[in-house]
Amino acid sequence: MQLFKSKSKVFNQLEFRKTLNLFTLLFPATFWLILFLIIPLIIVLVYSFLERGTYGGVEWIFTLEHYLRLVKPIYWVVFFRSLWLALLTTFACLIVGYPLAFFIATRSPRWRNVLLLLVIIPFWTNFLVRIYAWIIVLRQEGVVNVLFQSLNIIDQPLDLLFTSFAVSIGLVYGYLPFMILPLYATIERFDFSFIEAAQDLGANDLRTLLRVVLPLTTRGMLAGSLLVFIPAVGEFITPDILGGAKTLMMGNLVQNQFLSARNWPFGSVLSMVMMAIVLAPILISFRLAEDRQT
Amino acid sequence: MLKSLPDSKKVDLWIRASGKALLWGMSLVGIFFLYLPIVILVIYSFNESKINAVWRGFTLQWYQSLFEGLTVGSDISNVLIWDALKNSLIVGFISTGVATILGTMIGLAMERFHFRGRTVIEGLLFLPIIIPDITMGIALLVFFSLVFQLLESLTGMRLVLGLPTVIIGHIAFNISYVAVVVRSRIADLDPTLEEAALDLGANEWKSFWRITLPLIYPGILSGALLAFTLSLDDFVITFFTAGVGATTLPVFVYGMIKVSVTPAINAISTIMLFASLIIVVLSFSLQRH
Repeated sequence: MQLFKSKSKVFNQLEFRKTLNLFTLLFPATFWLILFLIIPLIIVLVYSFLERGTYGGVEWIFTLEHYLRLVKPIYWVVFFRSLWLALLTTFACLIVGYPLAFFIATRSPRWRNVLLLLVIIPFWTNFLVRIYAWIIVLRQEGVVNVLFQSLNIIDQPLDLLFTSFAVSIGLVYGYLPFMILPLYATIERFDFSFIEAAQDLGANDLRTLLRVVLPLTTRGMLAGSLLVFIPAVGEFITPDILGGAKTLMMGNLVQNQFLSARNWPFGSVLSMVMMAIVLAPILISFRLAEDRQT
Repeated sequence: MLKSLPDSKKVDLWIRASGKALLWGMSLVGIFFLYLPIVILVIYSFNESKINAVWRGFTLQWYQSLFEGLTVGSDISNVLIWDALKNSLIVGFISTGVATILGTMIGLAMERFHFRGRTVIEGLLFLPIIIPDITMGIALLVFFSLVFQLLESLTGMRLVLGLPTVIIGHIAFNISYVAVVVRSRIADLDPTLEEAALDLGANEWKSFWRITLPLIYPGILSGALLAFTLSLDDFVITFFTAGVGATTLPVFVYGMIKVSVTPAINAISTIMLFASLIIVVLSFSLQRH
């Protein structure tokens, strides 16, 4: 009995130490994220219901006017443009990225590393610099126009920059590595004996691709699509640099409300909407993944 | 030989050949697309022509103009390129240091402990990765201006946005990325090694320093490298939290692009490109060892 008691005391002590360790490990990061992310987001939510201050900031009077402003068609145009451009970008990245990821995953280990490095380098290169590079390519005095003019294909320089074409190219370029890397990870882990099995059973390459390879790599496609779609919807640099007034995206609206129009509450409303659009596909795909597991 | 094959087999062979050609073709196009603008950027950073893309000869004058101290901004708030670089490095080093420690700690907690509310913490860690940069940027802007306002009315102390606010924001998003990288390393680690150390009489602290840390060290290092790159790379969150005196290199470059497109931007971009190239190769060789 005596022994048992002291044992449980030791046990309690151990439990206490364990809890203390866990708390010490968890606390700093959790504290930081709550103070500098969750609370700021809550303030944005609160601000979205307040009246605007004269020089930015807010007046502490409750109002729904900023949410009501959302029904105006001009904002819908921008929302749909953002969604459309993000979906287009995701799809284009999938089309360009899948063959490349498949190609890399099916090379010999040495070539695989070289090619992987080639994809990772742009991924780690400054986003702003990579988007800026397209100005050099697309502007009126840029590479494409100078080349085409010297080849006498065109007389007048084409207006390529500041168009939705330029923004689309920039978005696809900016987020392509985000698609390739998860796709590669999935295809690399793919069991290629499935292909042999399909072919032994008489399927040709096309049928094998459509019935075996693609269905078994949907995980990578889904992960890559999320990684492209999410930041693309909230983009603000690419349309800001490569686009013009006709290619405004949601991110530009938010920036405009905070820095130029100085309407913080309406900017808050817009960024809440943006967050909802981003979180929706994530929550849906998580639910789907859960359903598949059970 | 081919003639003796049935038609359906011929079709299959044709599909295989064209599929292979398509795979090679699309992959080459993909790589070409990834590198076309970057290579053009590097080439034109050496071009003498200031106005257009016609090649007028090799020059280093744009690089020289950087070293002579390029500035951007209005007359009142001129920022030197060197100050921007210095700010970027200060923000990068401090935010990487803090985020690496906090990220590793929470990574350990998530992988080695089972506790209630785990999913909540999981979501919290996930949030900085998934919310749009601009949402995080304006949230921090709103937060700091409210806190500063309150501080001023309570104590009369006047604080403004600057390097500390930028660093706070960078730590907030970097914690999550470090945690992701470190956690994948811890998940691969055999937990019996730590248990063995504890059975042999080491306390948790000792077992961490002697067993866990040496084993997850490569993960921590690549997490730190990722954090450092993300910090140097970040424009959006910095843009909203920097205020006047804390221009970092990306914000500087953005300012230059907005004023006018000059070859000096090509030069500075090329330098940033090679800097990230070095970091990539470093982290790549780190992962392979």
